[in-house]
Amino acid sequence: MNSSLALSSATFIYALASVFYIGSFTFKKQVLAKAGFIVLVIGFLDNTLGIILRWIESYQMGYGHAPFANMYESLVFFSWTVAILYIFVELKYKESIIGVFASPLIFLAIAYASLSPDISSKISPLIPALKSNWLIAHVITCFLGYSGFALAFGFSIIYFVKPKDPDATSIFAKLPSEELIDELTYQMVVFGFLFLTIGIITGAVWANSAWGKYWSWDPKETWSLITWFVYAIFMHLRMMKGWHGRNLAWVSIIGFIAVMFTYFGVNYVLSGLHSYG
Amino acid sequence: MKKNQTIPEKIWQFFCSVKLTVYTLVLLATTSIIGTVILQNGTQQDYVRLYGEAFYNLIKVFNIDDMYHAWWFLLLIVILCINIVVCSIERLSVTWKIIFPKQLKFNPERFRKLKNLETFTVDKTSESLSSEYETFLSKTVGAVIKEETESGTVMYAEKGRWTRIGVYVIHSSIILLIIGALIGAVFGFKATLQLDEGETSDVAFIYKKRIPVNIGFSIKCNDFDVKFYDTGAPEEFRSNLTIIENGKESFTKDIRVNHPLRYKGINIFQSSYGTARPDSVVLDIIMQPDKDVTTKTIKIGQEIQLPENQGLFKLEGFLPHFDFRGNDLGEAFVGRITQKDGNSFQIALPIKFPTFDKMRKGTFAFVVKEFERKHYTGLQITKDPGIWYVYSGFILMIIGCWVTFFMSHQSYFIEIKKNKTNNSEISISGRANRNSQGMKLKIQKIVTKLKDK
Ligand code: HEM
Repeated sequence: MNSSLALSSATFIYALASVFYIGSFTFKKQVLAKAGFIVLVIGFLDNTLGIILRWIESYQMGYGHAPFANMYESLVFFSWTVAILYIFVELKYKESIIGVFASPLIFLAIAYASLSPDISSKISPLIPALKSNWLIAHVITCFLGYSGFALAFGFSIIYFVKPKDPDATSIFAKLPSEELIDELTYQMVVFGFLFLTIGIITGAVWANSAWGKYWSWDPKETWSLITWFVYAIFMHLRMMKGWHGRNLAWVSIIGFIAVMFTYFGVNYVLSGLHSYG
Repeated sequence: MKKNQTIPEKIWQFFCSVKLTVYTLVLLATTSIIGTVILQNGTQQDYVRLYGEAFYNLIKVFNIDDMYHAWWFLLLIVILCINIVVCSIERLSVTWKIIFPKQLKFNPERFRKLKNLETFTVDKTSESLSSEYETFLSKTVGAVIKEETESGTVMYAEKGRWTRIGVYVIHSSIILLIIGALIGAVFGFKATLQLDEGETSDVAFIYKKRIPVNIGFSIKCNDFDVKFYDTGAPEEFRSNLTIIENGKESFTKDIRVNHPLRYKGINIFQSSYGTARPDSVVLDIIMQPDKDVTTKTIKIGQEIQLPENQGLFKLEGFLPHFDFRGNDLGEAFVGRITQKDGNSFQIALPIKFPTFDKMRKGTFAFVVKEFERKHYTGLQITKDPGIWYVYSGFILMIIGCWVTFFMSHQSYFIEIKKNKTNNSEISISGRANRNSQGMKLKIQKIVTKLKDK
């Protein structure tokens, strides 16, 4: 067993989980959602194993660093964080149908890592600036933040697919109530916001210990701040202006676009200190 | 808005609105994009080349070439701060009364109408349940208030009243951050310093503006080292520095990337390195057809007599990048030959191409035999007296977010109604200032617990 085998099998297991969830939605079969959840948990364990193996392999190659050092590793970790957060949400709220809006995200991230020709899965050494324990704290917290926003995005989509009054036989009837979606979206944003905040802060503390500047308006920093602003707007609109439902869901979608731009856009379109997400 | 307000009242009202907060945040978020798309801190030529003359004027008017320090961007931040302060002052007095009430009051009717109200019956007398539930509530929530009604007993307990302060903690952390940034900008500096191995300096140069600043002590670079991975990428670089104060050596320390030296409020970071200019070089001077070789050590700036009185050679300097017909040939020494006939011309001796000078087909060919390779270390020297404000802001912000998001002010309500027989009807509900879904789950949990008893 090596990490690339574990991670490519995790990709397929996540694909299978998505298929089960989507099947449960279209055929209105609760059993399929249950199966989807079990498959998802297996995929998550495989994903975890892959990350640990990769960590060990990096030490065997003499580079010795946590597996958060390039685009490939960050995407694999992104899938992992979304998966663990989703598993937690399903266990807590017992709403398995929302897996339709979460499992494809988990699958897409890891599939993009494995299949995109632009992304190398090679384990490469770290440049000196990245050799810091802050790297681990920074990456983990940022990605927990992203995962919260990803799920918030997934749940926001429900507003736009669910008709106002679905009749009892339609496939939308099983979707959770607006009230619950609203609450779930909010909880995910709040989780994401806390961790994005800690992520930005650990990044700043790290930059200060590596370069003596906690903030330098590097494009990635700036975009993470823009993302932070968007979700701060979300929070004030909800708490102070009483926004709910679709209007607020739009803000969450815009926020996730900002997340995606912070993650990918900055790397592919702009240039800066960050070599990856 | 009320009519006949005075102007200060109007201004206060303006800064008191959350609408202003949202608009300002939207403006900050959208305008921040500009600086990630348009080159920052470029030269005039850069802008004219990239965007044209007309757009360059626009860039200058709005300081878009350094937009995060432009007056209008700073103005937005100032508006945000005033907004936070004014709102907090306005609302804190109300929140304060909520946080420290003179006496706790509960209205059972409000709790009976709550959506999360759960009702069930238990085969016990209301008297025994009453004391049982009271201990349960006081254990899991807090102090219990109990009242008798016509039909039975109602009781309340609450916790987390203080969590309502969380929002103020977040907002003050933002103010603290901005104060810290301001202190750093006014009283601190960010400078760079290049030291050749063996060199000492007590002056660094402000980043970008190249203004000299006095560090307050001298830094000597004793030694510089760089290690590479087998892929050729640098693995680590390290400078061995000695701090010299009042002419006396204070201490010596290694610094690496991510492992700076902090001393007397000054931070010294390893940031880059390069090849220092050598002081001297050992040259082979080869007489052309008959290959007589003379070896000479020459200092930079020194002029020597060429063999057999053929003229003079002056070693003019060292270039890190020698440009030969548009190609970068890398490091090279340059010198000037002045022939017997007074004719003078420059020659270059690229290190990577030892036979380069032979192609000139002169009387002599010069070949670099050896020279002492020295590095310089690129240091970043910073001083930031605002950093502790910024860091306190960071900590407060995390605590504030945690309290605001994951804790809430919760009140619980239990009503026990006597039924005719030895049987009681129980209603349970609760309110929280945040996370109503979480509250619903909590109520359901309590119900299962109490039913099982
Ligand atoms: C970025 C700058 C910010 C500004 C200018 C700002 C401004 C404001 C203002 C003016 C209010 C209404 C007045 C008040 O309750 O004091 C408010 C409320 C609030 N803000 Fe902010 N805020 C900012 C950042 C944040 C952040 C980062 C958070 C947390 C994540 C946050 C969370 C809240 C909450 C939860 C409320 C509602 C208060 C309540 O429910 O009573 N704010 N904010």
